[in-house]
Amino acid sequence: MEITYLKAINEALHEEMRRDENVFVMGEDVADLGGAFKVTEGLLDAFGSDRVIDTPISESLIVGAGIGAAVLGMRPIVEMQFADFISCAFDQIVNMAATLRFRHGGRGACPLVIRGPSGAGIHGAIFHSQNPEAWFARVPGLKVVAPATAYDAKGLLKSAIRDDDPVVYLEHKRLYRSLKEDVPEGDFTVPIGVAEVRHAGRDLSIITYGGTLQQSLDAARIVEKADGISIEVLDLRTLLPLDREAILATAKKTGKVLIVHEDRLTGGIGGEVAAIIAESAFEYLDGPIRRLAMWDTHNAFSPPLEDAILPNTNKIVEAIKGLASY
Amino acid sequence: MAEVTVAQSEPGTRVEFELQLYYWMKLIRGFEDRVSRLHRQNKILGGVYSGAGQEGLVAGICAPLQEGDFVLPLHRDLGVFLMRGVDPGVLMAQLMGKETGLSRGKDSFLHGGDLSRGVFGSTSMLGSSLPVAVGAALKFQIKKDKNIAVAFFGEGAASRGDVHEAMNFAGVRKLPVVFVCENNRYAYSTPLEKQMAIDDVADRAEAYGFKGHVCSGNDLLAVLDVSEPVLARVRSGEGPALIECKTYRYHGHSEHDPALYRSKEELLKWESRDPIQSFEFYLEKTGQDVKRIREQTDEKVKAIMQQAVEFAESSPWPEVASVFEDLYATPPPGMLNGKRG
Repeated sequence: MEITYLKAINEALHEEMRRDENVFVMGEDVADLGGAFKVTEGLLDAFGSDRVIDTPISESLIVGAGIGAAVLGMRPIVEMQFADFISCAFDQIVNMAATLRFRHGGRGACPLVIRGPSGAGIHGAIFHSQNPEAWFARVPGLKVVAPATAYDAKGLLKSAIRDDDPVVYLEHKRLYRSLKEDVPEGDFTVPIGVAEVRHAGRDLSIITYGGTLQQSLDAARIVEKADGISIEVLDLRTLLPLDREAILATAKKTGKVLIVHEDRLTGGIGGEVAAIIAESAFEYLDGPIRRLAMWDTHNAFSPPLEDAILPNTNKIVEAIKGLASY
Repeated sequence: MAEVTVAQSEPGTRVEFELQLYYWMKLIRGFEDRVSRLHRQNKILGGVYSGAGQEGLVAGICAPLQEGDFVLPLHRDLGVFLMRGVDPGVLMAQLMGKETGLSRGKDSFLHGGDLSRGVFGSTSMLGSSLPVAVGAALKFQIKKDKNIAVAFFGEGAASRGDVHEAMNFAGVRKLPVVFVCENNRYAYSTPLEKQMAIDDVADRAEAYGFKGHVCSGNDLLAVLDVSEPVLARVRSGEGPALIECKTYRYHGHSEHDPALYRSKEELLKWESRDPIQSFEFYLEKTGQDVKRIREQTDEKVKAIMQQAVEFAESSPWPEVASVFEDLYATPPPGMLNGKRG
């Protein structure tokens, strides 16, 4: 059945809460309102106010309380109303949750999902457009996922809920209603830590995730048709841990790698991906590893500014052509 | 609370209960003193935060706890670990960074909890454990458990936003959680009057919709007068409570800190209100042979500490490879990045 990316997340929440009575949802406006984007719509009616809990504006409390409940065997899904607000809960995530198993000598678990809408391209301006994945993707003890398709949005969320460790689940808000695809009904999962080749090709690899997957696929189709360049598109899906094997496999296959993400360039996931390739597939490369990402500035508001700083299909097409001709 | 028999008393009586608490305070003090000594001998490295002088409040708060309750102690609350049944040898091994410690050498001092006994290992971000306590209480409420969460925090941490967020939400949901403020008057070197414009942290409780109580944390009986009825009320579903225990740490913030920001007179004043000596005075008044009880207890504590130190010192150091263990339930492939150097 064809459903939106948003509906896929909503279905995963419903199905997991039906499957396991220890799963509950907590966050700002998640119950009566059904979430600022309606991601949690219908949950309150289906599961009641003990399992669908509205909170005050207290991100640190939301995550911290999720940790306390998780330690005692619950499986909380806590929502950051916008992923930008996750900075208010930074300490709870990187210090309290990520080190919990470690500092308890392996005798304790924190099965917590922290999810929230990330990403730009909807005129959200500085504080409703951020992509915070790189802040967390270098913290051992955490897992970080960023689904780019409706299928993955559902399957990765189910995996995250069933995972015995804290997972930061970043959904891209631009995809909520713009992305619609056939998603099988009923239970399935997408494994955490496994990338997926979305489009097979020979001449050049695009490694991407989240909000720039569809743009990368569009760009690949354009240059394949117009210029006869065969493009492989790898969707990372999980940003911690990175799927090293898949990254190296596509780099070795095509010898030219373009990394694309919507998060800003410096200190982004692309740097780590490039380093993995440079360290372990250097002799297979036929050109420099290139990165296309948001410019190193803030998520500016005015349409000409936002349009300029973000990656888009045209920019990816140009980057492909530049690297292909190297 | 683990069972301990000291002197002659009828099991199950109030006298026996009080003598047990006397034993716990003595064991905690004995442990604290031994830790300070081992730190001076370089056998315990890193930050050591003595709770000597604060034993009365730990004993008084932990006494009414029940099985299944969830406690989040502070860095000065090693007594919580002991009273919840953590083996003194294991706790000492934790402080020395040995493989047999609670965190298997992964973290220092009291950051390694014992979740099987409902003791949470907090972080150094003071006050951050209060939201976690609220989450534990939320679990008890959702599952209709008869348990409570008890979170310790200092008056220093009371200035953190997490403390406000936690208390506010606990009040909104009427959660079974007790916030225990150890007000020892100093946040490292910063005195009370530079931390807050009010005298009692407990005054804030009213603003969150529940009751705040103030007691002398150096007077075990005064703590019990508050903790027993308050914990029972919280357990019965009446919502959260805040208990503020006025107290004093004899040592500096850490053993590195000579605490020259405090006057000698102030220290003397508080030492004269020692929780153990005060309780001995009470026991004497109730007709107990305090001299004999003290001797018996000292002997017992000495033997336990001897055994604990021997266990910890003879325990192995952790293997280097273990730094990649205990990160995840199942180590994901590719997570050993960096190991190759």
